[in-house]
Amino acid sequence: MIALVDYGAGNLTSVRKALAHIGAEFWTPADPAELVRARAVIVPGVGHFDATARLDATWRDAIRAALARSAPLFGICVGLQWLFEGSTEAPGVAGLGVIAGTCTRLAESIASGTGDREPGTEDGLQSPDGRDPENRIPVPGSRLSTALKVPHVGWNSLSFPRPSRLFEGIPEGTQVYFTHSYAAPVVPATAAITTYGVAFSAAVEDGLVSGVQFHPEKSGDAGLRILKNWLSHVESA
Amino acid sequence: MLSKRIIACLDVRDGRVVKGINFEGLREAGDPAELARRYNVEGIDEIVILDVTATIESRQARAHTISAVAHEIFLPLCVGGGIRTEEDAAAAIEAGADKVSLNTAALQNPAIITTLANRYGSQAVVVAIDAKRQGGRFAVYVRSGQAETPRGAVDWAREAADRGAGEILLTSIDRDGTRSGFDCELTAAVSSAVNIPVIASGGAGSFEHFAEVFTAGLADAALAASIFHFNEHSVEELKQYLAARQIPVRLPASTRT
Repeated sequence: MIALVDYGAGNLTSVRKALAHIGAEFWTPADPAELVRARAVIVPGVGHFDATARLDATWRDAIRAALARSAPLFGICVGLQWLFEGSTEAPGVAGLGVIAGTCTRLAESIASGTGDREPGTEDGLQSPDGRDPENRIPVPGSRLSTALKVPHVGWNSLSFPRPSRLFEGIPEGTQVYFTHSYAAPVVPATAAITTYGVAFSAAVEDGLVSGVQFHPEKSGDAGLRILKNWLSHVESA
Repeated sequence: MLSKRIIACLDVRDGRVVKGINFEGLREAGDPAELARRYNVEGIDEIVILDVTATIESRQARAHTISAVAHEIFLPLCVGGGIRTEEDAAAAIEAGADKVSLNTAALQNPAIITTLANRYGSQAVVVAIDAKRQGGRFAVYVRSGQAETPRGAVDWAREAADRGAGEILLTSIDRDGTRSGFDCELTAAVSSAVNIPVIASGGAGSFEHFAEVFTAGLADAALAASIFHFNEHSVEELKQYLAARQIPVRLPASTRT
């Protein structure tokens, strides 16, 4: 059985449906002690890195112990970020640290001065040039967008720096669904790279540890295939 | 490169997909799960279910529809219409929605945006804005376009973003159901005022309209209903049209593995 860790970060309905669809057998442990019978562990997560603080020392020890007896570990979205050492989103909260590196906000690496606006810096009543924004007529043109918006929401493409179990049978350039504001750096464990202003780890794979920044449970047939690839790895581990 | 999203909207009443013109005169278009399945095969990027006549009593019916659609497709699913309280949002998300769309409730009680963003994350909170041209401004309407508010669309979109909304679903009441094209001026004004994605809605009638709203309209995503429902145009043909015009889209071929 696969342990799907519910630490209260967002909703697991979609992940549950996708796992059931591909025939995975899983349960949601109520207590870290239950992880002793886990054949593999999934750490999902949407939202804020802060929420991973609920994965306290007892959970961490149980997850490390599972890894030590060769149970694969898979992180999804914030779950992938948690595999790293931490995130600037919540500097006081340490990640599991099984992969070296720190996650940072996408906007920090994206060039400024493109008309981007940080939330909360204006009164919301006037455009920067002082005119009434309600009456502002946009300049016609062929620009696709004003700036890279954060969160990064939508379908973006994967490129593979090397072959991996996770992406077996997935063509280079396949698009998957992302929704996140923070991202992990490209590191030796990176198995897929996506670029949004900056190149980041769309997936990592290092021995028993793997993870995806995107949502395979929301990425159509390609996402289901990626989950199945991971499941095959669990079954052969 | 991040693709421009094509979103199919299922306007649902009593468990069936309906579609009207200028928010009135509904006609039936089919079973939600059946339509969702077809769109998935054609390469739709996301599905929005709008329960156009949602009441408190219909919460269970809505959950049934969400569950039926979520069972068919593994794509982002947003649910709106009658989401008034945290409990409504929780019920929709429990049933399988990834995001909820708030309209009237957010205007009446803007704090609910932050409450839901804190509980589920900003990516789960979409603020829907129905706007109509009034003289030189874009006035925000509520109650399915029945009542004008003193708010302006740009102003309200900024506030919603500041309060934690993850996306804006922007509908032009003037264009809704008319197939005369998206309101690109409205969309560009809102899209350039906020740093979160803006979904343009209302008026899709041709492939060219989508190209316009992604270029002149600065939209991050475009939503349509009737253009797809009656099998006049497929999502796949639309995406091929857009790709030929250098607009980044997710082509269905890339999802077949």
